Amino acid sequence: MWDGLRQNSERKMKDPRLLLIGAALVLASCAQMELRGTGDLGVIIERAAGRVQIVDTTRETKLGTVEGLGDLSHASVVFSRDGRYAYVFGRDGGLTKVDLLRIRIDRRVMQSGNSIGGAISQDGRLIAAANYTPGGVRVFDAETLELLADIPATYGDGSQRAKVVGLEDTSGNRFAFSLFEAGEIWVADLSAPRAPQVRKFRDIGRQPYDALVTPDGRYYIAGLFGEDGVAMLDLWHPERGVKRVLAGYGRGEQPLPVYKMPHLEGWAMAGSLAFLPAVGRHEVLVVDTATWGEAGRIKVAGQPVFVMARPDGRQVWVNFAFPDNDKVQVIDTETRRIVKTLVPGKAVLHMEFTPRGEAVWISARDEGRVLVYDTATLEHRALLLADNPSGIFFTSRAFRMGL
Amino acid sequence: MCTASVAAGQTVGATRQKELVRLVRQDCGSCHGMTLKGGLGPPLTAQALKEKSAEGLRATILGGRPGTPMPPWRGFMNEADVDWIVNELLKGFPVER
Repeated sequence: MWDGLRQNSERKMKDPRLLLIGAALVLASCAQMELRGTGDLGVIIERAAGRVQIVDTTRETKLGTVEGLGDLSHASVVFSRDGRYAYVFGRDGGLTKVDLLRIRIDRRVMQSGNSIGGAISQDGRLIAAANYTPGGVRVFDAETLELLADIPATYGDGSQRAKVVGLEDTSGNRFAFSLFEAGEIWVADLSAPRAPQVRKFRDIGRQPYDALVTPDGRYYIAGLFGEDGVAMLDLWHPERGVKRVLAGYGRGEQPLPVYKMPHLEGWAMAGSLAFLPAVGRHEVLVVDTATWGEAGRIKVAGQPVFVMARPDGRQVWVNFAFPDNDKVQVIDTETRRIVKTLVPGKAVLHMEFTPRGEAVWISARDEGRVLVYDTATLEHRALLLADNPSGIFFTSRAFRMGL
Repeated sequence: MCTASVAAGQTVGATRQKELVRLVRQDCGSCHGMTLKGGLGPPLTAQALKEKSAEGLRATILGGRPGTPMPPWRGFMNEADVDWIVNELLKGFPVER
């Protein structure tokens, strides 16, 4: 079989006309590779295989795969500001810079023993990784991945290190992050990358588990696992300290056990309202951002994990923790009603909107596929096969703060 | 306890074992890491668990650990399932195939 093919191709190559066609094809494919933008590209994590797919959201197709990224059981991605490179943070502490156009690894470092995610600075020059083991933040040169700064998350008498969660970029080349065990929020100013200035806020609440920055970059908000409520820092006025908002939103109700931690990245803002997952409850909380008070709750099909607004703010899409993780619900933000319950399949892990939100891509891990839904009709219109897909990240994130 | 003796008499079939491997690797893995080397939750490798008692692990899995994010898994698995998981964790948990 193989010999037959080879002979066949050798025979073809002896024909000068075919050689010319071959050369033209090679040139054409090179030209195509070099001359394209990246604004409609993205990355799908194949968590079990340590691999990512590079996808094209216009053609709704896979362009290729990049292997060798280590343990991606929890992975997140940020993009260079030119949209060419994806920085993939792996669970095992691997930080990999992937070239989306050449579809290959550009650089890779093992930067810790156990990592949760990271962020890229406002000026695009710094990559910061949030680490569990050893607990802290490490900052790298975005071009070379050279280590520039190491910020250990020490607390108490200084001998313990906390796990770092909710690492977000903010204006002024600052990074804000939370210390899970310590109940602290730190803001690190990386104006001088090798000499970070860290401002610490203590007693912000019990067990911050994730955080976000509002799309305007003004507020850093950490969700609390150990108590009902969220901790909020006004980055325009850090001297005012951290405030507790939505304190006691459960009001003494016994929360349900949590089978998957909610994620706060991608805070869903629609007009003056924000939507966020209630911890341990089958509810999405609605918050009035003028007062930061509760403006309502929406009953949903399970414990929300991601609560994400379509870029125009008209819809909020919600997925759920085990055992309700086969569903996705769509909330109309005007009426605050659920307009559709979709069942994309077993173990829906993530959702990502195309840059202007006409479509949303949804990963169904146990089905081995990514489904593309039209957000106007709420019908599924395309399907991509993937090996245990988890996170989906599009390059439009490059231009948004706090993602 | 009588539940333990009942559990000891039960076996976990191959199909259920496969489901449990996936549950532990994927769902427990969302906090403990898919490789079970730890995340927000502590590592569950044989090395990390060698000082732990099987009884304590059983209680943690079934009842959760109040004050931490560890939820109770009672309701998603029976006694025989838990015994099988604990036994496999202590030996070094199987990889999904």
